[in-house]
Amino acid sequence: MYNFEFVKPSSISEAVTALTDEEATPLSGGQTLLPTMKQRLANPEKLVSLAGIAEMQGVTEADGMVHIGAATTHATVAAKAQSYPGLAKLAAHIGDPAVRNRGTIGGSLANNDPAACYPAAALASNATIVTDSREIAADDYFQGMFSTALGEGEIVTAVRFPVPQVSNYQKFEQPASRFALVGVFVAKYADGVRVAVTGASEDGVFRWSEAEAALESNFSADALANLTVSAQDMIEDLHGSKAYRANLVKVLTGRAVKAAN
Amino acid sequence: MPKDSGIGASTKRVEDQRFLTGKGRYTSDINLVNQTHAVFLRSDVAHGAIKSIDTAAAAAMPGVLAIFTGEDFAEVGGNPAGWAITSRDGEPMKEPKRPVLAHGKVRHVGDAYAAVIAETVEQARDAADAIVAEIEELPAVVDMSAALAGGPFVHDEIETNQCFDWGWIEDNRAATDAAIKNAPHVTTLELINNRLVPNAIETRASTADYDPGTGEYTLYTTSQNPHLTRLLISAFVMGIAENKLRVVSPDVGGGFGSKIYHYGEEALVLAASKKLCRPVKWTATRSESFLTDAHGRDHVTKIELACEKDGTFIAFRTDTMANVGAYLSNFSTATPTFLHGTLMAGNYTVPHVYVNVKTVFTNTAPVDAYRGAGRPEATFSIERVIDKCAHELGLDAMEMRRKNFIKPEQFPYVSAAGLEYDTGNYDALVDKLNELADFKGFEARRKLSEADGKLRGLGINAYIEACGLAPSNLTGVLGSRVGYYDAATVRVNATGNLSVMVGAQSTGQGHETAFAQVVSEMLGIDQSSIDIVHGDTAKIPFGMGSYGSRSIAVCGPAVVRATEKIINKATKIAAHMLETAEADIEFKDGQFSVAGTDKSVSFGEVAFKAYVPQNYPVEDLEPGLEETAFYDPGNFTYPSGAYACEVEVDPETGKVTVENFTAVDDFGNVINPMIVTGQVHGGIGQGIGQALLENCAYDDNGQLLSASYMDYAMPRASDLPFYTVDHSCNTPCTHNPLGVKGCGEAGAIGSPPTIVNAVINALHSAGHTHVTHIDMPVSPARVWAAINAQ
Repeated sequence: MYNFEFVKPSSISEAVTALTDEEATPLSGGQTLLPTMKQRLANPEKLVSLAGIAEMQGVTEADGMVHIGAATTHATVAAKAQSYPGLAKLAAHIGDPAVRNRGTIGGSLANNDPAACYPAAALASNATIVTDSREIAADDYFQGMFSTALGEGEIVTAVRFPVPQVSNYQKFEQPASRFALVGVFVAKYADGVRVAVTGASEDGVFRWSEAEAALESNFSADALANLTVSAQDMIEDLHGSKAYRANLVKVLTGRAVKAAN
Repeated sequence: MPKDSGIGASTKRVEDQRFLTGKGRYTSDINLVNQTHAVFLRSDVAHGAIKSIDTAAAAAMPGVLAIFTGEDFAEVGGNPAGWAITSRDGEPMKEPKRPVLAHGKVRHVGDAYAAVIAETVEQARDAADAIVAEIEELPAVVDMSAALAGGPFVHDEIETNQCFDWGWIEDNRAATDAAIKNAPHVTTLELINNRLVPNAIETRASTADYDPGTGEYTLYTTSQNPHLTRLLISAFVMGIAENKLRVVSPDVGGGFGSKIYHYGEEALVLAASKKLCRPVKWTATRSESFLTDAHGRDHVTKIELACEKDGTFIAFRTDTMANVGAYLSNFSTATPTFLHGTLMAGNYTVPHVYVNVKTVFTNTAPVDAYRGAGRPEATFSIERVIDKCAHELGLDAMEMRRKNFIKPEQFPYVSAAGLEYDTGNYDALVDKLNELADFKGFEARRKLSEADGKLRGLGINAYIEACGLAPSNLTGVLGSRVGYYDAATVRVNATGNLSVMVGAQSTGQGHETAFAQVVSEMLGIDQSSIDIVHGDTAKIPFGMGSYGSRSIAVCGPAVVRATEKIINKATKIAAHMLETAEADIEFKDGQFSVAGTDKSVSFGEVAFKAYVPQNYPVEDLEPGLEETAFYDPGNFTYPSGAYACEVEVDPETGKVTVENFTAVDDFGNVINPMIVTGQVHGGIGQGIGQALLENCAYDDNGQLLSASYMDYAMPRASDLPFYTVDHSCNTPCTHNPLGVKGCGEAGAIGSPPTIVNAVINALHSAGHTHVTHIDMPVSPARVWAAINAQ
C-alpha cells in the first residue's frame, strides 16, 4: 500500500467538499478499494471516509418504502430491512461476516461490480439511488460493468426501495470468490414483475424483459418454459462458459419465482 | 476399554494449546534486532530475455541498503534436483541450472530477477518499483504437447523441452504391449490430473542472520526438513560449510510438500545478511505463494486396462506427460516416476504393467510433490479406468476390484510394477466399507434424491500407496542423490524428564504428541514429562524431515531404537544400584526390579544416578543417559484403503454436493487414533478440493489465471460432508518395530477417484451414459456441459 491522506467528514456537504480535490477518492466499507490498494493497484492520494456521516446511516421503513443510508453495512440491512425480506436475505448472504460488517450498500452500488448482489436488487426494485445532488432511477443508474451514472465527485447518500408484494433472490456462487456466478432477483409489484440478473453479462446487471412479460400474466416458473436466454453477451471465464451462464439465468429465475410464491 | 496414554491412546494434542490460543511461533514471528527486509522483483511475463536491469535510481531511494540481481549469483551453484532419472534410451535427464535469481532469461511469471534490501518492507517495495528492467517478452510455451512438439524452448540448450522419457519397467514394455494387443477387452481413458496450488496457511518466510564474529549463519525458514535445506544450501548452492550454517524451522503452518524444497529466497537472504552483516527478513505475500510455491500434480495421462471378459485384469499401460514447470524443483523428477510408476499395479494381481512418463519443461512455476505426490496420480488413473471398464463390461465395479485383489495369503507380494508389498488385506477393508457405507440402503437414498430433482451417485475406490520414504539402498539404485533414514536422540535429564530430539519436522501433524506417546509407552513415564524437540539443526540429529507420510514410519523406529538403547543402559545402571546381575533386572511401568524380589529402583532414580555418578562403575559404564539412533527402513510401507462416497448432482446447474464419505484405511498399528482420524479428514478435504474445486490454470501466455482466492477455489467447511473414518482393519507393517505405515497422505490419494466415480455413477443413473469421464475439478460448469454435450 502506498501512503495516502485520510479525512473523515461528519456531513455529506463536508464530504462533497473534500471530494472536490482531484486526488481524492471516496472510501465507504473499503471491501474492494482496500484490497486493491494493498496490492498497489490503486494509489489514491487522499481517502475521504464516508463512515462518519450520521445522515448516511441506517434503515427506515415507511409507506411501502425502505430507505437505506448509503453507508449502512450489509449486516445492518440484513437485520433491519424486515419489511423487504427478499432484500434482507440478499444482504445476509453477501460475502462472509467480516465483509457484511464492513461493506456498505452505497459502496456496492457505486462500484457496480458485475458480480455484486445489490445491483440486482436495486434494478429489480427500480430503487431510487439518492446522491448528494439528485435522485437517479435504477433503470438509468447502471451503465455497464463498474460503470454508473454517477458524476465526478458525486456520492451515493441513500437508496430507496419500493417494497414488492413478493420477491426472491437466487445466487449461484462462483466456486472460488463466492460472488454471484449468476444471481437473479425477481420482484412482483402491483404494477408488474421485474427480473434483474447480475454476474452473467459483459454489460453488468440487466433486466430480463422477456421473463418479466411472461411472468406478468403467469407468475409461475412454468411461464419461463419456452423462453431462451441468449448467450451472446454473457461472461465467459474459468468458472463457466457463456452458454452455462445463460442456462443459469433461466434456471435461477425459475427458482426465484418458485421461492417467491 | 481404550487406553488413556501411550501407544493406541487418543490423547489430546499437546501442541494445540498454543496453536489454538495464538501462541504458536512461526518464522515471521521472529524479529531480530537491527533486521532489514527483502522484497523480490518478479517477472510479469512468462518468458523473456533480460536485456538490462537499471538499479541506480532504486539504490538511491530512502532506506535502501543493497540490491541484488542474477549477475550477483552467476558464480553460485544451482538449486539441484534430488533424483537423477535416466531416459529409456540411456541418456541422463536434462538438468538446467536453477539460479538464485533469474539470469539472462525469466522463465515463468513470478520468476524473481532482482531483490532489494531496505530498512523497511515498504521502502524495499518502493525501491523495487523503481528498478527499470528491460525484459524482451518471448513467446511462452504452457501446454505440454505444444512444448514437446517444438519451440519455444524454456531453456535454450534443451531443444525438446523434455527433461526425460522414462519407462517403467522398460524390460516389461514388449510383453505388456503384446498382452494388450491380444486381450479380449481393452478400456482406454484419457484424463488430466489437475494442477494445484499448495496453499499452506503460512506463506513461505525466511530470515537470515550472519554473525561476522563467528562466521556462522542462522537461517530461520519455514521448512519440512531443516537438515535437507542445510545440505542443499551447503553442498550445492552456496557452499557455506555445514558446520557454519544453522537452519531453524519453528512452528510451521502447513506445507503439503511445498516446504520440502529449498528456494532461491533462502539463498538470497543468506547472501544479503553476509553482505550487510545484519539480519535480513523476507515473508512471501499470498500472491507470491500462488506464483512461486512449487505447484502439484499436472499430469496428462492415457491409460489402458486390458482384461478378460469376466473382468480378470491382464495389463495396465499408461502414457503420461508430467509438467515440471520452468525449473526442476528438488523432488520434481522423483514424483512422476518412482512415486507414481511403481504404484501402477494398484492393489491388484495384474500380470503386466508398463508406464511411460515424459517430463516437460514449460513457462510455468515449478511443479513438485504435493500431498500424495505421484501416488494420487497413479490411484486416480487406475481407479477411474477400472470403473469405466466395469461399466463397459456390465460388471459390478467393486466385485471387479475384488476379483483382482491380491489376497491376504499372497503377501509378501511383488507387484508387476516392481514393489514388494509386505502385508495387506484388501478384502477385509471392502467388507468393512460395505458395512459402514450401507451400500444396501443406497438405492432408497437415490430415490429420495430423485424425488428432489437430484441425481445421486455412489463412488468407490481401492488404493495402495508407498509410504515411509524410504529404503536408502533401494532409492540410491533408483537415482536418489540423498538418503532417507531418520534419526532421534533421547536425552534423559538428571531429574528424570526427557527431551527427545527428532529429525522429523511437524507442519501441524501432532508430532509432539505422537512421538511422546511412543516413548511414554516404552519407559512407563508420563507423557507430560517428555518433550519432543524438532526444527533446529543445532539441536536435533541429522534427519530427513517430513513428507511421504514418513514421520512415524521412519522417525518413529529411530525413536524406538534410541529408547531401547536408553533402557539397555539404564538396566545396567539399575543392576549396579540393586547389586545384581543385569539379566535379573525386569523393567516395567518405569520401575527396575530384581526378578522375584521386592527390590526396585525407579527410572528417575536411575537417571539421577547417571548424572551424579557416585558409587558408579565409571570404568565399565559412561555416566549420562542420552542415546541416538539412526533408522533406515528395509522397505517402503504400504498403507491401503477402500473408500466410498455418495454425491448429489443438480442436473440443472451441474453442482455436485458430497453427501457422505466413508474411508476405511489400513495404516498398520496406530499410535494415536484421534490424530490419525484428523489426518484422514484433512486428506479427504484436500482430495475433495482437487476433485471438485481447485484449478491452477494458466492462459496461453503463461499468465496464472487463478492467482488469488478470487479465482482459486479452496474447499470450505460447507463443501465437506461428515466423514465416517475407520482404521480398525489393520495389518501391521512387517519390517519396522512399531508396525506402523503412515497416514498423512492417504485421504488425498483415495478421495479424488471416489468422488469422480460417484459423479459419473450419478449421471449414468439418469441415463447420461455418454459421459464417461469429467476432468477435475468437476465443477458445476463442467458437469452441466458434460450432461448437455449430446
